[in-house]
Amino acid sequence: MRYLPLSPADRQQMLATVGATSVDDLFVDVPAEARLEGPIDGLPHHASELAVERHMKALAARNTVAGDVPFFLGAGAYRHHVPASVDHLIQRGEFLTAYTPYQPEIAQGTLQMLFEFQTQVARLFGCDIANASMYDGSTACWEAVGMARRITRRTKAVIDGGLHPHYRSVARTMAKFTGDTLVEATPSPERGEETLGLIDGETSCVVVQYPDVFGNVFDLRPYAEAAHAAGALLIAVVTEPVALGMIESPGSMGADIVVGEGQSIGVGLQFGGPYVGLFAAKEKYVRQMPGRLCGETVDADGRRGFVLTLSTREQHIRREKATSNICTNSGLCALAFSIHMTLLGDKGLTQLAAINHARACAAADALTAIPGVTLKTPQFFNEFTVELPVPARAAVRAMADKGVLGGVSIARLLPDRDDLECGLIVAATETVTEEDIAALAAALKEQLA
Amino acid sequence: MPRYFTQDHEWIDVDGDSATVGITDYAQGQLGDVVFVEVPDAGRVVAKGDDAAVVESVKAASDVYAPVSGTVIEGNSGLDADPSLVNSAPEGDGWFFRMALSDPSELEGLMDAAAYQTYVDSL
Repeated sequence: MRYLPLSPADRQQMLATVGATSVDDLFVDVPAEARLEGPIDGLPHHASELAVERHMKALAARNTVAGDVPFFLGAGAYRHHVPASVDHLIQRGEFLTAYTPYQPEIAQGTLQMLFEFQTQVARLFGCDIANASMYDGSTACWEAVGMARRITRRTKAVIDGGLHPHYRSVARTMAKFTGDTLVEATPSPERGEETLGLIDGETSCVVVQYPDVFGNVFDLRPYAEAAHAAGALLIAVVTEPVALGMIESPGSMGADIVVGEGQSIGVGLQFGGPYVGLFAAKEKYVRQMPGRLCGETVDADGRRGFVLTLSTREQHIRREKATSNICTNSGLCALAFSIHMTLLGDKGLTQLAAINHARACAAADALTAIPGVTLKTPQFFNEFTVELPVPARAAVRAMADKGVLGGVSIARLLPDRDDLECGLIVAATETVTEEDIAALAAALKEQLA
Repeated sequence: MPRYFTQDHEWIDVDGDSATVGITDYAQGQLGDVVFVEVPDAGRVVAKGDDAAVVESVKAASDVYAPVSGTVIEGNSGLDADPSLVNSAPEGDGWFFRMALSDPSELEGLMDAAAYQTYVDSL
């Protein structure tokens, strides 16, 4: 097979047709200073496959790989064990290669999978309904803010200080173009009452992450009550859905919309993406939900079947008046989530959550036994924040140089908050061993000595 | 009680300073089976031509526009329970909302029944 099927004569003919003399002429609209002059410095024009493989392997070997070292990074992306059967099943051709295969006549398998995914997400979040997934947690979070605007016809969103700064950043970017105002509480590992005080009669929604980005587990009811008293909605954001195997669901505490990141279950870290956004809500709001929704029905002979439903909310029908410009979903990652969740079952998820919590407690005990290290989050699931006697960013770097990935410094997420520069967010999942915890404590102790 | 029509297939019955708005029999026939209607809340201020309601059928979703400017007095809550009233009685029980008119002179630009019939026949 020829990779370059065009001959020079073909090219010349096409250029002549559009009135250009060379391929370079096609790029004249790109400013000269943005164009590359000649080949990239140091990059050969040609190399053999073997040589390229050797070179790339050498580059890859410079990485510190999550699976190879004691690993305590979380803050929105969590390393969990993904059973080999998940990868095996999602690679079946029927699932792997199909793009938006939603015609009910030929795609019952995909539609049934999405229906089951929705059922799992709705149950996990304690909501009536869930959609067929969004791109990731941060975009799901923003879509929830837009949905609250449509429902309440108000444009002021109150953002709790515990929302992941990246999610907040996505919301800020979008709000620039939608006319929403974000009223933001000050991020702090110590939860206060500031958010409740920001709610007023113009508030569309209150956005609260649970557990929050610092790891705090807390009661969402006061937020639900305050939001509802003001005619606003409570949006709960879950970045670690495994937690819900152990702690009460946001829906059961009164959240109107619950969104989250599904990466933890079945998806893997994957260098930061692709991930899968989870989106669930109370049934009365279904017509304002973004995204695809799969429904159960019966065919002409009364047999159970599945179809996309309520598509009239969506972009391909409602054009600019659609509830969202998201007209697709993270199908393959949703499948991985759904398979892993099915393998776990109720009991497995509860056990997995218990193991996570136990590992995190062990890690917190080990770290707080070091003089000068204090726990800032009194109630947590598999992630907590400690305050070090030194800036955390440098400590993380020094530990990484010794082969321990010891956590995410708050300074990395909130670089302008000097007052939080000693804060370190530490996650411990079922993948962490006792030896890993001992290595983390030893590495930190060495830093502080 | 005079009834007026718009080119977007709304009808409006005027009774003094207030009026009732719905979609015409022709419109419901074009939409097919109506499965959902979103009517405006009381108190909403609409200008002539603004989106005031949404009607969704098995085929399409469409906006219903305010034929004239005013304030919504009530939406037809009966359509929540039975949206098919729009099909069975489009110009009766299937009304969408009542409104108080802020500028009755805007009615002058609308069609009467005969003019609307001629308009529909031309489509």
